[in-house]
Amino acid sequence: MTALITADLVDLDVPSGDRKSTVAALAQRLVDAGRVTDLDTFLADIEARESQMPTGLEGGIGIPHCRSAAVTEPSLAFGRSSSGVDFGAEDGPADLVFMIAAPEGGNTDHMTVLAALARRLVRKSFTGELRGATDPAAVASFIQQEVGA
Amino acid sequence: MKLLAVTACPTGIAHTYMAAEALEVAAEEAGHEMVVETQGSAGSTPFTAEQLAEADAIILAADVEVRDKDRFAHLPTITSPVKKAIGGAAGLVEQAVAKATAQPKGTPAAAGGAPADDDRDMAVKSFGTGFGSKLRGWLMTGVSYVIPFVAAGGLLIALGFALGGYQITEAPDIVAIGDDNVSVLSFDPGSLTSWAALSFQIGGLAFGFLVPVLAGFIAYAIADRPALVPGFVGGMIAVQTGAGFLGGLVAGLLAGAVIYGLKLWQPPRALAGIMPVLVLPLIGTAVVGAIMFLVVGQPLAAATTGLTNWLNGLSGTNALLLGALLGLMMAFDMGGPVNKAAYAFAVAGLSTGSETALMIMAAVMAAGMVPPLALALATVVRKNLFTKPEQENGRAAWLLGASFITEGAIPFAAADPLRVIPSIMAGSAVTGTLSMAFGSTLRAPHGGIFVVPLIGNPFAYLLAIVAGTLVSAFLVIALKSARRTPEATADAGAAPATAPVAG
Repeated sequence: MTALITADLVDLDVPSGDRKSTVAALAQRLVDAGRVTDLDTFLADIEARESQMPTGLEGGIGIPHCRSAAVTEPSLAFGRSSSGVDFGAEDGPADLVFMIAAPEGGNTDHMTVLAALARRLVRKSFTGELRGATDPAAVASFIQQEVGA
Repeated sequence: MKLLAVTACPTGIAHTYMAAEALEVAAEEAGHEMVVETQGSAGSTPFTAEQLAEADAIILAADVEVRDKDRFAHLPTITSPVKKAIGGAAGLVEQAVAKATAQPKGTPAAAGGAPADDDRDMAVKSFGTGFGSKLRGWLMTGVSYVIPFVAAGGLLIALGFALGGYQITEAPDIVAIGDDNVSVLSFDPGSLTSWAALSFQIGGLAFGFLVPVLAGFIAYAIADRPALVPGFVGGMIAVQTGAGFLGGLVAGLLAGAVIYGLKLWQPPRALAGIMPVLVLPLIGTAVVGAIMFLVVGQPLAAATTGLTNWLNGLSGTNALLLGALLGLMMAFDMGGPVNKAAYAFAVAGLSTGSETALMIMAAVMAAGMVPPLALALATVVRKNLFTKPEQENGRAAWLLGASFITEGAIPFAAADPLRVIPSIMAGSAVTGTLSMAFGSTLRAPHGGIFVVPLIGNPFAYLLAIVAGTLVSAFLVIALKSARRTPEATADAGAAPATAPVAG
């Protein structure tokens, strides 16, 4: 199984004009990495999930995510924003954005990796490490090691 | 203490697991044991019989239906949206512990309720775990699909009235099929009336979907995709037979129950593949359709006729009493047979032109405006008593009510009929009575706020509407708030018998 995240899927200064531009920038990285085959389909699926209920969480975290036919590998794109991006959380904008892309018919192994990732997201030590990181490659290997894949 | 939790979210890849982690951590910090069943896409490991037997309480943190919920009927239960469990896990654990202490498992909730639930600010809903909460879930699903139809259709109709006046209902069809089967287009781009008629007729068609969509998606919530067809068709029959939205509720629940029942049957191998696309919809639709036409449709049609005759007989009685009665009827089923009987009675009187007939018309319209207005007001005053889709519907309901489109209240009534319908009936009765008492008159059969210039004694008339709106809004809020307290874990067998079934 390929890695969940690689250095080129990490953007430590992600465009933060609004939610859509942040989402589009991270999605573009997934397209460039060959993990998403069709940008428009993928963005539509992300928006569809977002419109059910905003994915912003307390503590400055946004997790735009979806299962999409346009996704080939379970993938994570990570963006950090100094100004913050509004993902609809009650306590304000998100500075850590985790875009989780799951393939439509993902098998249980795939989903287990994503589940492990989701569990890390609520740990202060995990998010704290990401807030302090300076190097995309280090971020990728840290996450990779945490989810045990 | 030994706690259990189930987490589930729509996509099943993120919130489910985040909530699980947060609950585990929070329980550990508070010194309790916690086992979480994550009903997500990575597959879930069900609780063992031992875990279920030893547990002291369970937290259901889910935005979708929790699977096999009847396993937890014996446990004190805390219910919450999945997101709440991520940010407020510690609070939920605390509540679960408090509830387990106040109300040991296996015993029905004490009258007066668990003290832990009194804090409304927690916004954690604790519904019963039995039939009542399921029913509410089904109805809410139907309602969430209906709201866009109500908003789009209702606002287009309102626009038609605003542009074309109350006579817009009389405008010719935009496209009519003539005697010789040739379509005739009657639309003049330069005429405001044409545009008004266009808007009114599009809106009317969108409104026509209201009851079928409601029935279809209630059925869908109960028994999944195969139930859609019988639900929609049953809803359509409710429209055709004049059974209105209450008929639609019946059709949706019936279709769901029929398909659910059929699914219990284990088909032979050869049939299994075509069950969901052919066999279930076919049999279900035939059964539901027959019942709707033969059993439900006819008595309702008879009731409408009976009510109309009864009203005609009553017209000599005390005017205030008649106003109250008409108000009750207008609000009872919001466009259904009872409402129609009252409305038709009023419109029929218009042709006589007598003072009393004009007063009756005024009272009926005022009473019909109250339900959407009252619910719109209630969503503003007590936001947290309403779901997000309901709050959005509340915004459209202002205009729908002002335009005398009583159907604007249907989404609220369908979601919680036992609390909403009595509340709006009371308010409409107040308005009907007051309108008669003030002697307001109306010559137009429709139009809401747009025909106020035609109303005799308009200020008193508006006052009557405001009074009824306040009464209904107050009652809705009071009844919905009361739900929050006692019912907690009635054991599964007793749940359907307890009074607030829609809770």
